[in-house]
Amino acid sequence: MSIIENHKTDGQPFSENPKLKARDVRVFYGEKQAIFDVSLDIGANEVIALIGPSGCGKSTFLRCLNRMNDTIDICRIEGEILLDDENIYAPKMDVVPLRARVGMVFQKPNPFPKSIYDNVAYGPRIHGLVHHRDELDEVVEKSLQRAGLWNEVKDRLHAPGTGLSGGQQQRLCIARTIAVDPEVILMDEPCSALDPIATAKIEELIDELRENYTIAIVTHSMQQAARVSQRTAYFHLGQLIEVNPTDLVFTTPEHTLTEAYITGRFG
Amino acid sequence: MTDQSLSTRVKVERSMARRRRAETRFRLYGMASILFGLLCLVVLFGNILSKGLSAFEQTVLTTDIYLDKDFLGLSRQSPESELLNGDYEGLIKEYLKESMQPSGRSERRDLYSMVSVGAHWQLQQLVVNNPNLLGDTVTVELIMDDEIDQWLKHDHEKGRHGRLSEKQTEWAQQWLDEGRLKTRFNVSFFTNGDSREPELAGVHGAIMGTFLTLLVTFALSFPIGVAAAIYLEEFAPKNRITEIVEININNLAAVPSITFGLLGLAIFINIFGVARSTPLIGGLVLTLMTLPTIIISGRAAIKAVPPSIREAALGLGASRMQVVFHHVLPLALPGMLTGTIIGMAQALGETAPLLMIGMIAFVVDVPGFINDPATVLPVQIFLWSDSPEQAFTERTSGAIIVLLAFLVVMNTAAVMLRRRLERRW
Amino acid sequence: MTFSYLLLILAVFCIAAFLIGKGRARTMASTSTLSSLPSHYGSMLALWTCLPPLLLMLIWGLVDDPVIDSLVTANLPAAVVEHGSTAVQLAISKVHNLANGADLQDDPTLAPAVLHLVELQARNQLISSGVIIALALAGFALTLGRLVPQRNARNEVEGIIKGLLFASSGIAVLTTIGILSSVLFEAWQFFGKVNVFDFLFGTVWSPQVALRADQSGSSGSFGAIPLFTGTLLISVIAMAIAVPIGLMAAIYLSEYATPRIRNYAKPALEILAGIPTVVYGFFAALTVAPILRDAGAGIGLDVSSESAMAAGLVMGVMIIPFVSSLSDDVINSVPQSLRDGSYGLGATRSETIRQVVLPAALPGIVGAVMLAVSRAIGETMIVAMAAGLAANLTANPLESVTTVTVQIVTLLVGDQEFDSPKTLAAFALGLVLFLVTLCLNFVALKVVQKYREQYD
Repeated sequence: MSIIENHKTDGQPFSENPKLKARDVRVFYGEKQAIFDVSLDIGANEVIALIGPSGCGKSTFLRCLNRMNDTIDICRIEGEILLDDENIYAPKMDVVPLRARVGMVFQKPNPFPKSIYDNVAYGPRIHGLVHHRDELDEVVEKSLQRAGLWNEVKDRLHAPGTGLSGGQQQRLCIARTIAVDPEVILMDEPCSALDPIATAKIEELIDELRENYTIAIVTHSMQQAARVSQRTAYFHLGQLIEVNPTDLVFTTPEHTLTEAYITGRFG
Repeated sequence: MTDQSLSTRVKVERSMARRRRAETRFRLYGMASILFGLLCLVVLFGNILSKGLSAFEQTVLTTDIYLDKDFLGLSRQSPESELLNGDYEGLIKEYLKESMQPSGRSERRDLYSMVSVGAHWQLQQLVVNNPNLLGDTVTVELIMDDEIDQWLKHDHEKGRHGRLSEKQTEWAQQWLDEGRLKTRFNVSFFTNGDSREPELAGVHGAIMGTFLTLLVTFALSFPIGVAAAIYLEEFAPKNRITEIVEININNLAAVPSITFGLLGLAIFINIFGVARSTPLIGGLVLTLMTLPTIIISGRAAIKAVPPSIREAALGLGASRMQVVFHHVLPLALPGMLTGTIIGMAQALGETAPLLMIGMIAFVVDVPGFINDPATVLPVQIFLWSDSPEQAFTERTSGAIIVLLAFLVVMNTAAVMLRRRLERRW
Repeated sequence: MTFSYLLLILAVFCIAAFLIGKGRARTMASTSTLSSLPSHYGSMLALWTCLPPLLLMLIWGLVDDPVIDSLVTANLPAAVVEHGSTAVQLAISKVHNLANGADLQDDPTLAPAVLHLVELQARNQLISSGVIIALALAGFALTLGRLVPQRNARNEVEGIIKGLLFASSGIAVLTTIGILSSVLFEAWQFFGKVNVFDFLFGTVWSPQVALRADQSGSSGSFGAIPLFTGTLLISVIAMAIAVPIGLMAAIYLSEYATPRIRNYAKPALEILAGIPTVVYGFFAALTVAPILRDAGAGIGLDVSSESAMAAGLVMGVMIIPFVSSLSDDVINSVPQSLRDGSYGLGATRSETIRQVVLPAALPGIVGAVMLAVSRAIGETMIVAMAAGLAANLTANPLESVTTVTVQIVTLLVGDQEFDSPKTLAAFALGLVLFLVTLCLNFVALKVVQKYREQYD
């Protein structure tokens, strides 16, 4: 499949109540262009799923939303991404408070080699969100409860986080993210390293979190996209092909590429 | 957006000033550390160079001296044994007395001491090489004593006497005004062996000693190191013995070098009767010391050879040994050589173990073979650094410059080899 | 020189055997199928011709001198033997000197011994050359006689080569055994003369022993505590410089520096590690120590001209690149995902490094520091040149102290008598040094290895 010249995204890329707005985003790795003129809104309190074949740029795009790509030296970004109408790529923008507002959960669970408690307390501590031990305890407990992990770990809060099972580790990472109380949570294939039961728990959790947070999730699994998201964006070779409400994408895709992908002709 | 997240935003913003300061501070510590290291490097090199570059220059006195046959008691037909024994020292003294007119015995002694004891060897060499010069007036550049040398290099411009007496300064100034006292490139620093006289001491003996020692080290450690690396990487079964050998090699690489000297002394010298103070024993000890380095880098080089090459050769029915010697070894050799050069550079700079096997002896003659008494450059540096004369400090720094130059050459060779190696894959 | 001629003869034999074997195999090939290439038969013949004599030569060369010496000793005049082992050693070395051409008139009583030695040496050369050449010929003849097409020469040659490769890798183990046994044996003798506890816990170190029994003066005292504390003091100073600076340099290089800076700064720092220690020693003794003394005098402190501080500071500088390159490796092996996790929460770089990367890398860094400590303890030249010989029991870094390594060198440089406690003490110190550094290295390497495996 070759790149379609100046493809206009099909469907409804824009939202009435946008939290994040991406406009003409282009990403380059050295000489190679990875993302071509992507414009997309992510609405407040919605879950949007980014799907597409491997190497289509969906993870790259996600990492642009809280400037995680800054850690890669050769990565260059053009265009605008606005968080509450504020350009996060503006020169004076500081990535630290930005990332406190736009948290991220990664593909592979990556708990710090610290205790469960310290993993969750890390964010509030570095950001100075709490001032007393009691407050911190409270934040940790609340975050673990919201991540659905509290009952499993409340007796061993000071055991190392790396000792948990894969699914528990990923929920710990989610707890760690919500402990900072961000406005947006980015999830980069959060379940790809997990078994089906753990995956189901996380999906349940995403649904609950939607009440308070805006969530963008990259996923490889179309079933997962269908289960957790309200809108779905389909990426193909660095281009945003189609954005539509999830049920529409999976029942009546507008673009032939989308259809080809969801019917399993490639992926 | 909840109220709470609003407060998060405010709180984070509030904490930023403090955190940015901490960030800057931390970054500065890092930068300061790098700069400190680089500064040390600059200071060290600057210090050595400023002290040592003058060692490559030598003060000489241009003299027209009459080779008086009668005074020397020689003729142009005298055999070499007689020519060698002429009183050249007396001739120089006579010349100095005539030309400078010292008054009294102590002034005479002061005057004579301004010319190096090596000066009469210069005359002797001249006459022995060409007896026909006898009876002629020759122009020679007499080597001056180290105190004149140091005066000219360091004190003269500042108007100081240095270690010279007032009268000596006067004479030296007179020669200088006549344009006869000057510095020239210090050839003897590179052609002489060690000496008690700083102006005659040179690094030739130490360089030869180093060369012979490294030759022995290389001849032993390279084949053994390569063989051991091949065995461990290609043939060794994964068992307890191999594991012990591996742990052993890694530990040995970090054992203090001085313990290798103890081994050399107690076993090579005392039990096996190897002669001390020779490049042979030095080379043996340094071989044991550098082997771990060579083995470890050799194994890395073998590991870097893609397994596909082994499989291809094995698939054609080559034996393990043929695969290794026909395919793996030629590809791994540049890497192994790089490791060996680094090991050799390490051996070149090593001092401590050699002190214990007698390489600290005062050796005047330049060694010619691996069982002649010898010393090596680093030990020569150690020996000279202990001498009180200022001129020896200069020479120590000069010898250090020579040593560092060798190291630079070796390390550059290693880097270039590595570059070439990298281009291969 | 007989040795060189023998080697030459063997080399000629080797080439000849190879050619003959190859030729023989070729002729055999015309009548039957060979199980290996002709050159393998040649190599096999060459190996069997030269390897056993070479091995014999090595062993012979190692043992002949001691054997000859003991034979000469047995026939020394009774008058010499009565004076004890030192006198015997002295006499033997004198006999050697005389045999090498010194004037026989020097000591007529030793004349028979000298003649004995000369005769023995001549006989030794003759016998050894004969036996070695005979062995070579025997090996040649035996192998040639059984050179048949069915013999798998390749397997045989490869087996022998594999054996040689194995032997090469065994040398490292032999080295360790050699070090250990040499220090153990001499240290054992030392502890026969000096109590172990007096050595390990004594606080006075003055190894000067009276040269003769009738001389006045003490028998020396060997309390090694001042050496241990001196070593410790200097190592602590060195670590105080090297660990923070080396670690921060590694952090800066791996987490902050642009690739450009890294490409220049890293090799530049590593130059520091390549400078010979004797150069550092010279720098410490002639530049740093005077500066410290003058600075001390300026603020009214009495700094010794050979101070622990000067040696420690310079040693610290030497160890900086060691710590930084080891820590750099360790820090780089912390997975990027941990950093991402921290950045994703909005941590700054320094927060990520201090609170995530460093704790994760801690075991590796501890290992690196232990290796650095082991290096500081074993470092000799800097301390020998800058720290001095005075065995002061002090914690004041401005005073002169001495270390284990310096004392080993001092005790062993110059004339040695192998039964005096003074010389043996060096080996006892060597034993302590070897064991301590070996333990440190062993544990450090294990820790680092475990750490690596954790993230592989």
